[in-house]
Amino acid sequence: MRARYAITLTIGILSCIVVAFVMDETRTVSVLSFSLRYAVPLILAAMVGIICERSGIINIGIEGQMLMSAFAGFFGAAITGNLILGTMLGVGTGMIMGAFLATGAVAWKMDQIIAGTIINILATGLTSFFYSQGYVLPAITPTLRIPGLADIPLIGPVLFDNGLFTYAAILTALVLWVLLFKTIWGLRTRAVGEMPGSADTSGVNVQRMRFINVTLAGGLAGLAGAYLSIEAASNFDRGMTAGRGFTALAIMIFGAWNPIGALGAALFFGLANGLASQLQADEVIDIPQQFISMLPYVLTIVLLAIVSGRVKPPAAVGKPYEKE
Amino acid sequence: MPSYGSQTPILEARGITKRFPGVIANQDVSLSISPGQIVGLLGENGAGKSTLVKMIYGLYEPDEGEIYIKGSPVKLSGPRDAIRRGIGMVHQHFQLVPVFTVAENIILGDEPHRSIFINMKKATQEVARLSEQFGLEVDVNAKVEDLPVGAKQRVEILKALYRHADLLIMDEPTAVLTPQETDELLQVMRGFADNGVAVIFITHKLREVLAVADTIEVLRGGKVVGTTTPGETDQAGLAQMMVGRSVLLTVDKAPATPGDVVLDVQGLSAATDLGLPAVRDVNLQVRAGEIVGIAGVEGNGQRELVEALTGLRHCTADRMTVAGKNTLGQSPHAIHAMGVGHVPEDREKDGLVGPYSIADNMVLNRFDEPPFSSKGVRSRSAVNTLATDLVQEYDVRTPSISTTAESLSGGNKQKVVIARELSANPELLIASQPTRGVDVGSIEFIHSRIVDARDRGAAVLLVSAELDEVLGLADRVVVMYDGRLVAEMASADVDRSSIGRLMAGGDIQQ
Repeated sequence: MRARYAITLTIGILSCIVVAFVMDETRTVSVLSFSLRYAVPLILAAMVGIICERSGIINIGIEGQMLMSAFAGFFGAAITGNLILGTMLGVGTGMIMGAFLATGAVAWKMDQIIAGTIINILATGLTSFFYSQGYVLPAITPTLRIPGLADIPLIGPVLFDNGLFTYAAILTALVLWVLLFKTIWGLRTRAVGEMPGSADTSGVNVQRMRFINVTLAGGLAGLAGAYLSIEAASNFDRGMTAGRGFTALAIMIFGAWNPIGALGAALFFGLANGLASQLQADEVIDIPQQFISMLPYVLTIVLLAIVSGRVKPPAAVGKPYEKE
Repeated sequence: MPSYGSQTPILEARGITKRFPGVIANQDVSLSISPGQIVGLLGENGAGKSTLVKMIYGLYEPDEGEIYIKGSPVKLSGPRDAIRRGIGMVHQHFQLVPVFTVAENIILGDEPHRSIFINMKKATQEVARLSEQFGLEVDVNAKVEDLPVGAKQRVEILKALYRHADLLIMDEPTAVLTPQETDELLQVMRGFADNGVAVIFITHKLREVLAVADTIEVLRGGKVVGTTTPGETDQAGLAQMMVGRSVLLTVDKAPATPGDVVLDVQGLSAATDLGLPAVRDVNLQVRAGEIVGIAGVEGNGQRELVEALTGLRHCTADRMTVAGKNTLGQSPHAIHAMGVGHVPEDREKDGLVGPYSIADNMVLNRFDEPPFSSKGVRSRSAVNTLATDLVQEYDVRTPSISTTAESLSGGNKQKVVIARELSANPELLIASQPTRGVDVGSIEFIHSRIVDARDRGAAVLLVSAELDEVLGLADRVVVMYDGRLVAEMASADVDRSSIGRLMAGGDIQQ
């Protein structure tokens, strides 16, 4: 039923895009490219949420994990003069933050909301304190134009002429879907998030599974953070994640804890923002800039209000596993 | 199939002792099981059956004694280790992932695969093969949450067999089954034995062990108090071993002296949660000082009838009164205040608040009445006095009245519910499955309490899926089939086979 709605909505949006493309080629491509870039960190962060919650752990610390990684990634790249090294530093920082959450929420069986909140507060504090101005990146991140595919009208310039992070995000979502629903890891992860007691008596090590998954997911949050500072802004700003970690959780719910669903939801989010920005720039709508900036947050609230209660989270999410 | 000789026991436990703070759960317990043997493990709640099998399954470590599997001593590090050594367990509370399919549940933890990918086709074939071999019928692709209880249990069993269990521990498997499903399961268990699989069968239903076990081990107070075979003993003998004194398996009661009509229902109809008709035009009267038993196969509207009478379910009726007062359209709380006690069929869900203390559970439906509270402030001391008295009077085995209800065993939980409902001296007691999952000693106790209530002048409506219970306890029996009360008779006149036909929707004169 829900799948049918999603398909109808997708077809509707795609046909609108085609009509728009026929009417105004350059504008459509530019809006879509903007939308996709806007969606990249949301896609990655939503995948973090999906991996964690499918394993039974609430991660509301995605925001802080991203912020720390954005910080580490940017300054790492600026100081070493190497973008790849900076990105790796960002991912590594994300994994450390993931391990931090795993230690609190899995090993110590802390309240998961509190563990995540600690990460958010810690990240805001540390990155603000150690922030210093005057650093610049050694280069702009390269884009990869895939020959042949990039020449297809509309699809080509939007999908196949992007920064590496963009490809990574889309690929992550697709691969995660396969991993979750077709592999041993996926079956065990979902079992651990739905009914850890059953997984345990079936011979799955619940605690280890959760610890590893939460840590690895942190790496993806690191990638999202590195994207923000290294590719999107080419700079680090205090609080630059601007709530994306929380928006990603809404996207995760909107996508019903399914990577493909969340990918679609993130793209939809990106499109809404892309359109609004374009309309604003063209002065088609004349409302103060602040209202446009509000859009992602308002959209989050509206979507959550519509969707929550209709989709079912993993049954064991938020509960530390106690052996009988 | 076991390849070693049947001389070597699959499992041998020697001198097992397990202590918990304050209690000795098992003391010097020894046990031996050969391939293809069914051992019935019998004992009251708290006798140490669960502790013993949890040690065999690696969930606990024994303090003293050794466990030998296939002749070699083992120290099990956990269930995973036990599974690896061919020990499987069917838990009382199913350990299944509701949103997974049957096949996914069975293969979890031991998935057939090609590199990292699950080979679902092979999994399905393997499960289907096992299902056929042991006569355990399941739809491999169905979601577990959509299955009835009996089918879920078959999935649990298949899960153990899939892991090549040659010893299957079944922890009270029949507690959740209907009589027909129970008979099927007992047959399946014989099938395991024929295939060389050994079974430890935990139960407190005497008839079942006598029907299926090769040997019976009786536990009491953590010790093995007897080892016997079905040929050497009978129900009365087993009950005596379990409880340590002779137990009345039949209810001892004087003839009823019915008084005024207390419950008076005319033309009652109610629907299921899905809106289908469940109770159709029921007329029923229960008088003071009599027990009316409703016999019937579960799912024929009994649950909905009880919920309608207690105000938990919307219903329509021409008349529904208790001692002349209208109860139609009243809230459960108001109906309780009119003197209706209710022992719900699902004590975990409807009878108790698990995380609350026993004391709080004892006043769950009158915590706001004096003397338990005055002017909106609760009186702890009044509640505690009542709880202390009731725990003693009803023999609730608990360390203290501040223990949480959920930590009690099934029989003791039920005693808390019975104590609460009877201590309010109800004019009408509605008891639904009052002894489900309760051991023999407690059954006797609960039955005598219900008879006491009747003798005090209460009207009692008893609903039970156990025909023996209805026939033993009730003064008058009505049969419910497909939402209707299809027959009524004095329990003295009842002939088991004709009532069986009525319960199945047949005719009495067949």
